[in-house]
Amino acid sequence: MKSSGQAWKFGNNIDTDLIIPARYLNSHNPQELAKHAMEDADATWASKVQKGDFIVAGDNFGCGSSREHAPIAIKAAGVSAVIAKSFARIFYRNAINIGLPILESPDAAEAIKEGDEIKVNLVTGEIDNLTSGMSYSAQPFPGFMQQIIDAGGLIEYIKTKKK
Amino acid sequence: MRQQTISEKILAKHASLKSVEPGQLINCKVDLVLGNDITAPPAIQEFAKIGVSKVFNKKKIYLVPDHFSPAKDIKSAEQIKMMREFARKYGIVNFFEIGCMGIEHVLLPEMGAIKAGDLVIGADSHTCTYGALGAFSTGVGSTDMAAAMATGEVWFKVPEQLKFVFTGKLNKWVEAKDLILYTIGQIGVDGARYMSMEFTGPVIRQLSVEGRLTMANMAIEAGGKNGIFEVDDKTAAYLKKTGAGKGLVYKSDPEAEYKQIFKWEASAIEPQVSLPHLPSNTKPVGKCKSIKIHQSVIGSCTNGRIEDMRLAAKILKGKRIHRDVRCIILPGTQNISLQMIKEGLMKTFIEAGAVVSTPTCGPCLGGHMGILAEGERSISTTNRNFVGRMGHPKSEVYLSNVAVAAASAITGRISSPEDL
Ligand code: SF4
Repeated sequence: MKSSGQAWKFGNNIDTDLIIPARYLNSHNPQELAKHAMEDADATWASKVQKGDFIVAGDNFGCGSSREHAPIAIKAAGVSAVIAKSFARIFYRNAINIGLPILESPDAAEAIKEGDEIKVNLVTGEIDNLTSGMSYSAQPFPGFMQQIIDAGGLIEYIKTKKK
Repeated sequence: MRQQTISEKILAKHASLKSVEPGQLINCKVDLVLGNDITAPPAIQEFAKIGVSKVFNKKKIYLVPDHFSPAKDIKSAEQIKMMREFARKYGIVNFFEIGCMGIEHVLLPEMGAIKAGDLVIGADSHTCTYGALGAFSTGVGSTDMAAAMATGEVWFKVPEQLKFVFTGKLNKWVEAKDLILYTIGQIGVDGARYMSMEFTGPVIRQLSVEGRLTMANMAIEAGGKNGIFEVDDKTAAYLKKTGAGKGLVYKSDPEAEYKQIFKWEASAIEPQVSLPHLPSNTKPVGKCKSIKIHQSVIGSCTNGRIEDMRLAAKILKGKRIHRDVRCIILPGTQNISLQMIKEGLMKTFIEAGAVVSTPTCGPCLGGHMGILAEGERSISTTNRNFVGRMGHPKSEVYLSNVAVAAASAITGRISSPEDL
């Protein structure tokens, strides 16, 4: 599972109201949400982002509300993974549960610049910056979480356990 | 055996383990699963994919349509309808139609749904509120909610523990809200990321249970997984009054391990204001006084309890809301509205020129009932002041306690009740 695309940089404490404002939460349709992803951080981002691109952010990405609409909007916008220095707790759970890849790597998040061409191996957590030639490795997930990720999210994981 | 905190003991008990330690991954049985009109619809969709024919327990699932209700538009009405139909289909007892609905985190404690020692998850980040009653309670997303509705279980990583000790005496006009805003201001919006926050000390023991609910409510604004308070006589009396029953009371062991212990002297704390756009951006009210406001919101799951309404009325009694300010009062539940009528608070508010809403989250999350236009500013007793939280991305929210929000509504600028 390798993905490549361009990096979109965001700062620290990107909250879920920035990721998907509450005024759009009267819908939970992923395509509808994707149209407004990151809108209050960058009003035109949703129209610029290309399938396969990456969000690269600072500390505490996804802080604030528990709305799963946030990782759903990002995923439906075509983002292949979010790379951040750290993630807020509920966002972290939600991303794993719905199958949005997230990578915690303070070094990568610091060094990658807006527009850099990034390649990520989602199995090994290796992040290559094709523009600068630098490579980084993300924190591995604990085994149990990796199982949820491998199953394709929490619901699929529970289904396999039930069998 | 390992010396443990209250939070660790509740987690261990629900994982059927003797003890747990930070970092450990555990599977817990839950006592209550909560969802609202934003988070329940996706959970219901995910629940259908699991392929079970019934929910784990018809009485332990709480569905509260509070965010966009009474339905503000067609899409919101569809979401609430989906909850209603799901509740009927699966025989879920605790679905709250308007008329008995309230803001979830005000309603559940009030109706006795939560008792000490419970393990509660809710698809709402402010589910951490119930820690005030000695429960381990935390927010999750819709998929976790779906899984818990099917299995009655949820996975956790045992959090590290932080302790906050407040000593001394509260200054005049300082409320529980100020203690939590101060805490967030000191440690930052990720200061307790993934961690438990235990609040204790003589000042905490003096607080009412309502005040403790206000503090636990905002643990998430410091990134915390849960906030927790030791059960004392006040908690026991509250739990008895609500009919919850006392539950299981845990105390932190004397040698329990904390990642960090913070000790603060309450007399050094003034009423706090969180400036845009982070709850951690706090200043004493004295340093914010030239700031003009257009709106004052008093209510929400943070400060929408009867004690808050009484305090707001005490300040607004016989006064007039400033002509350039809209003052919106949002009691948390129907019972609180009724009590306000009995005590004459409604009259006070209306005579002062404030409007009183039916219980709803409303403007707290920029839903409806008081949205801000471009360039407008609101002082608010709610819990978040992120960009666009109450409306236009170029509007601003200033968080404060009840007395400051009420006083500011009168003067038109951020004010302390001392200024009246
Ligand atoms: S009152 Fe505000 S913070 Fe509380 S549950 Fe409603 S939207 Fe969330």
